[in-house]
Amino acid sequence: MQQGFLSKNPSVPVFLGILAAFTLLITLTAEGTGTGAVSATFVKVLGRTLCLALIAVAMDLVWGYTGILSLGHFAFFGLGGYMIGMWLMYQRTRDIVVASLADTPIPATETEINDAIGNQIFGVVGSSEFPAIWVFADSLPIQLALVVLVPGVLALVFGWLAFRARVTGVYLSILTQAMTLALALYLFQNESGLRGNNGLSGLQNIPGLEAVPPATVTMWFFWASALALGLGYLLAAWIVSGKFGSVIRGIRDNEARVRFLGYSVEAYKLTVFTLTACIAGVAGALYYPQAGIVNPAEIAPIASIYLAVWVAIGGRGRLYGAVIGAVVVSMLSTWFTGGRAPDINLGFYTIKWVDWWQVALGLSFVLVTLFAPKGIGGLVDIFTDRRKAGVAGEAGK
Amino acid sequence: MSTLLEVSGVSVTFDGFRAINNLSFQIGPAEMRAIIGPNGAGKTTFMDIVTGKTKPDEGRVIWGDENVSLLKMSEAQIARAGIGRKFQKPTVFEEQTVRANLLMALKHERSPLQVLFFKAGPTDAERVEELAAEIGLTEQLERISGELSHGQKQWLEIGMLLAQDPRLLLVDEPAAGMTPSEREHTTSLLVQAAKTRAVVVVEHDMEFVRRLNCKVTVLHEGSVLAEGGLDHVTQNQKVIDVYLGR
Ligand SMILES: Nc1ncnc2c1ncn2[C@@H]1O[C@H](COP(=O)(O)OP(=O)(O)O)[C@@H](O)[C@H]1O
Ligand SMILES: [Mg+2]
Repeated sequence: MQQGFLSKNPSVPVFLGILAAFTLLITLTAEGTGTGAVSATFVKVLGRTLCLALIAVAMDLVWGYTGILSLGHFAFFGLGGYMIGMWLMYQRTRDIVVASLADTPIPATETEINDAIGNQIFGVVGSSEFPAIWVFADSLPIQLALVVLVPGVLALVFGWLAFRARVTGVYLSILTQAMTLALALYLFQNESGLRGNNGLSGLQNIPGLEAVPPATVTMWFFWASALALGLGYLLAAWIVSGKFGSVIRGIRDNEARVRFLGYSVEAYKLTVFTLTACIAGVAGALYYPQAGIVNPAEIAPIASIYLAVWVAIGGRGRLYGAVIGAVVVSMLSTWFTGGRAPDINLGFYTIKWVDWWQVALGLSFVLVTLFAPKGIGGLVDIFTDRRKAGVAGEAGK
Repeated sequence: MSTLLEVSGVSVTFDGFRAINNLSFQIGPAEMRAIIGPNGAGKTTFMDIVTGKTKPDEGRVIWGDENVSLLKMSEAQIARAGIGRKFQKPTVFEEQTVRANLLMALKHERSPLQVLFFKAGPTDAERVEELAAEIGLTEQLERISGELSHGQKQWLEIGMLLAQDPRLLLVDEPAAGMTPSEREHTTSLLVQAAKTRAVVVVEHDMEFVRRLNCKVTVLHEGSVLAEGGLDHVTQNQKVIDVYLGR
């Protein structure tokens, strides 16, 4: 890392400071570690939100900086969740099965145990056989590696085909939508080996941690999510601050010119697309244990579109904009669709937020795109510009 | 004299329209050449072919001492082989500083991993200062290049070309939209560059071409109509008919 990297990018220490302060504040007030003013359920919401902020940073890297409007990155997020979910579900079921067979007079054989686990996990889809893709499900290190590798390899293959054929713009966006749709449809099938529309569940129960109070485990995931966001942000900021950042912004603004400078545009796009898919995989692997369940509906095309909306509303092309967008919009979303937002009675019509939130979100997306292309993050410019102007004014006195 | 670039028998058809028709062209390693011709003569398309943007239907494009064919290479490979190009419209990266633009163009490894870990050294900074002085943008180095005047953008783009250190420079209408004094500066930049490398300049403006003081190729309907000194070609009856006599 370059010396002076942080001083040249003042937004990075500011962001990391705010993230650290926020983490500390929650730690001091949470049910698991502090006063208990903040419930474990809400800490989970916050932890999940940090994961969404991380995938938004990845989205900003691929869209805001490189100009590739991927509408498929949530597929990588979901795959990350599935990969860790396989180990969680397998190991947890195994522990239960072994415990329940412990009382039998004749010790159960390994085959019997495996059959029982298979029955437990795949009974809902009318099967008891372990599909081939579960071969490493008993190994945490391998499944952790797959969290990064599976999204990475999918992105690499998809990106290689698409970028080599020079698919760009709206065609690429449509292609990425098709990718996530195809993946979702595949996973919906019972034969997919990942329990069809049931998905993987019970992911909040971490095998081996039964003795630890759930509120404490919740805090561990919260901290891990905060750490992942901090590291992801740092990595992204480092990438965009150097010459590589220059090149990808060049690709965004004028791809042909970059080619004639001798840079292989396709290789850069592929690098960014794949790297951000890996980051999305990590974010998903942290998110779904805090959600408890991952199913194919999670990677429906609309999820990836929401991701783009967050980044647009937050302000693309600036990493903290992506974080602001993801946090603000996803928290508001949770609130409005949770049924706790008060309805608005107009006399002749009652606006129920559960129904109207989507409309409001769509409308604000259109308004931001038309009138505030810099998004919420653009407000920071007003502040820093004013401060700069103020400093200049002082000097003029 | 050895040749650096040899184009022979090249033709390109767009939807049945022959934009380049059996074109042949040669240039030596340290030579200045002007290409003139009426609008639509195929000047820009010629550059597209040499730089790999457009693949010709037939013909050969041979490059360098090893006589490699450029037709199988991508735009980026051709650029790395030593062919730099300035577009008709000035195209610099408007959201980035003049310094970032020049640094990006500077001759260095181009692969993503190497660029990711690249750190500009003192020699790079020196080279950037040198180039900035040459194109008259020393004072503007930290400015966002979108704020530059039209002429300054043109120079920045020429500076980026020089930063690439190419063996052949293709320059499409560099003087368009420039004031007379800006043109003069541009002329001297190009003449200076042509001392150590081949430079091909496409230009409409006869005065500008005259000041370049070099061999001229006249293009018409996709092929070479005449070639030689400016006075020689301007006396050619065919040239007068299609171009000068308008
Ligand atoms: N991509 C293209 N598709 C169709 N026609 C083209 C294309 N590029 C150039 N042409 C046509 O080829 C001819 C030569 O164009 P060009 O090389 O731009 O001319 P010049 O630069 O000499 O003015 C013009 O008639 C132009 O309309
Ligand atoms: Mg032209």
